[in-house]
Amino acid sequence: MSTASGNALLLRKLVVIAVAMFGFGFALVPIYKKICETAGIYDLQKADRLVNTQVDTSRTLTIQFDANTRDLPWTFRPLQKSVQAHPGEMVHIVYEVTNTAAVDKLGQAIPSYGPQIAGQYVKKVECFCFARQELRGNETRQMPLQFVVDPQLPRDVSVITLSYTFFELPGGKTRGES
Amino acid sequence: MEAVHGHDHAHDHHGPTGIMKYLTTTNHKDIGSMYLWFSFSMFLLGGAMALVIRAELFQPGLQIVNPEFFNAMTTYHGLIMVFGAIMPAFVGFANWLIPMQIGAPDMAFPRMNNWSFWLLPPAALLLILAQFTPGGPAGVGWTLYPPLTIQQGMSMDLTIFAVHILGMSSIMGSINIITTVLNMRAPGMTLMKMPLFCWTWLITAYLLIAVMPVLAGAVTMLLTDRHFDTHFFNPAGGGDPVLFQHIFWFFGHPEVYIIAIPAFGVISQVIPAFARKPLFGYSSMVYATASIAILSFLVWAHHMYTVGMPVQAQLYFMFATMLIAVPTGVKVFNWVATMWKGSMTFETPMLFAIGFLFLFTIGGFTGLVLAITPVDVQLHDTYYVVAHFHYVMVAGALFSAFAGIYFWLPKWIGKMYDEGLGKLHFWLSFIFFNLAFFVQHFLGLAGMPRRIPDYSLQFTDFNMVSTIGAFGFGLSQLLFLYIILKAIRSGEKAPQRPWEGADSIEWTMLPTPAPYHSFEKPPVIR
Ligand code: HEM
Ligand SMILES: [Cu+2]
Repeated sequence: MSTASGNALLLRKLVVIAVAMFGFGFALVPIYKKICETAGIYDLQKADRLVNTQVDTSRTLTIQFDANTRDLPWTFRPLQKSVQAHPGEMVHIVYEVTNTAAVDKLGQAIPSYGPQIAGQYVKKVECFCFARQELRGNETRQMPLQFVVDPQLPRDVSVITLSYTFFELPGGKTRGES
Repeated sequence: MEAVHGHDHAHDHHGPTGIMKYLTTTNHKDIGSMYLWFSFSMFLLGGAMALVIRAELFQPGLQIVNPEFFNAMTTYHGLIMVFGAIMPAFVGFANWLIPMQIGAPDMAFPRMNNWSFWLLPPAALLLILAQFTPGGPAGVGWTLYPPLTIQQGMSMDLTIFAVHILGMSSIMGSINIITTVLNMRAPGMTLMKMPLFCWTWLITAYLLIAVMPVLAGAVTMLLTDRHFDTHFFNPAGGGDPVLFQHIFWFFGHPEVYIIAIPAFGVISQVIPAFARKPLFGYSSMVYATASIAILSFLVWAHHMYTVGMPVQAQLYFMFATMLIAVPTGVKVFNWVATMWKGSMTFETPMLFAIGFLFLFTIGGFTGLVLAITPVDVQLHDTYYVVAHFHYVMVAGALFSAFAGIYFWLPKWIGKMYDEGLGKLHFWLSFIFFNLAFFVQHFLGLAGMPRRIPDYSLQFTDFNMVSTIGAFGFGLSQLLFLYIILKAIRSGEKAPQRPWEGADSIEWTMLPTPAPYHSFEKPPVIR
């Protein structure tokens, strides 16, 4: 084989590797989801199963609620600013959201926690954040949230802040549907 | 450097002259020189940005630039230095040296070689244009993390295109290097006889082909998240910003070795030449380099200890990262053993090589400290990390590039640089580098976060020292430019073998300066 044709052959092989690795970058997306699922890493949009429902009356937690919107003409607030609850006790609260614009809008609420570690101990049974919310023009809606704080929560945490932010979905898809 | 061809040795290569000559050249030496000059100009540009950062950090409070601009400076300093300065510099070395070291007439694909170079200036132009777009330059950090990246203005799009183009250029360059090394060696030049520099580039080129496309994929996803309503990294749409970090660092950690491994190659040739002994443990060097390259795919999440990974994953990444220190240690050991009982002299290339050895090892140790998960949780995103990676990238890669330039300059242009000034350049660089970066370890340990334009009062003294060091370091590089220009204009004529211990075939089988076309007839090796 002449050097030139040998070179061209190697060139083709190397281009195939490069293209395959470009594809691999995208393949990491489903691989990552699969790994998170298999490893049971916290999925924001799925209800938790309750395992331990023992109420730990030896301590009382303060749970504060916070609400924000981003890029949406919505007002969004919890009806209660905070509650006192024991770990293991079921907490119900209601959030209210109003679309102040005249047109329909699609939003998705994303939770975050302070302190961060509390996230894995807040077990949600029901949440408006499990699905996207579609509000017609000027519609107001009350939405429930139900959760239990796992009694395994480290003892040095006594105040938890649960914060939701509504993001606008420009006709996008949530994982719940795909 | 290119200025001297043409008239210095009357070789008849007709064809276009002036700018057209450089636009159309397919000669590996011309292209190597263009890469090196491009790299040096990017080095000055990125350096100027670093000095803006350091000037702002001279005192607490905001005095010179606003925070947005400060963030843009950290972003583009990083991108320009990594993709514009360090990587092209070593591709420049590869172009100049690989054909001469393996006995080939030129690179395997000379025309593609020309393209891979000429992709760089447009990419640089995009990065510069990105400073002047409506909405201001992007201030996201060179790691381009979403969600911030998704919220930036037009500047971000230009930056993403620039990354695409730079990636294309690297991939084409790598294909060329692999093909040249594997197919174009002179008869008798077996793989295990190649100078180590060729080995390190062969391995680096494979790394580049494996990870640059992954980076291209990641920034493509950023682009579609920004403009086409995909939600790869947008939690509101079911995506995950942490996913970006995994993809980025799957590229990013091998990338740091893409920068380091060719530097190892240069050092592995300079040290034996000035110790006048063959490299200690040649084959163990090859194997160590290959194992570093393979391991580098398995440790990426040590950049992400604080994202909330399961503890098992953290443990795995911690131990895997520490494992890399083993082959790295083999290399350092071999370099030291090469010097052991050698008859050493300390010309400028050797000084830079020894400086590399010292400071790179410090950087390796701080890397090991950062590899320890519970420690890193404290140190992550502090100045300790900044100190770590400047020890491995500036005192590592950049110093080795300086060593290589001083070492091969006589071969390239047929003239000597001014030894006294070269030594001065080394000592100024060495002292000011340490002034600028050693104190950053203390700042990081005391908790000063990186990428923040202001800081609390107790950090003032060390920051002042660091800024003074940075300006001294930056100015010393103008001396380097002067030394090179002086050598080109009026350097003394170089002897055939200026370094008596240098014995790879570009020294022993080619005249000095190297002829425009290297081995038109393949040499016979041994
Ligand atoms: C013994 C070898 C090494 C070890 C164990 C090591 C370990 C680490 C760790 C754990 C971090 C993450 C720190 C953090 O963000 O909290 C880090 C950051 C970094 N390392 Fe290394 N490293 C090593 C060698 C190198 C080399 C050779 C280079 C480049 C030539 C390099 C370049 C970097 C860069 C650029 C970063 C910071 C990236 C960023 O966040 O912007 N490291 N290293
Ligand atoms: Cu790394």
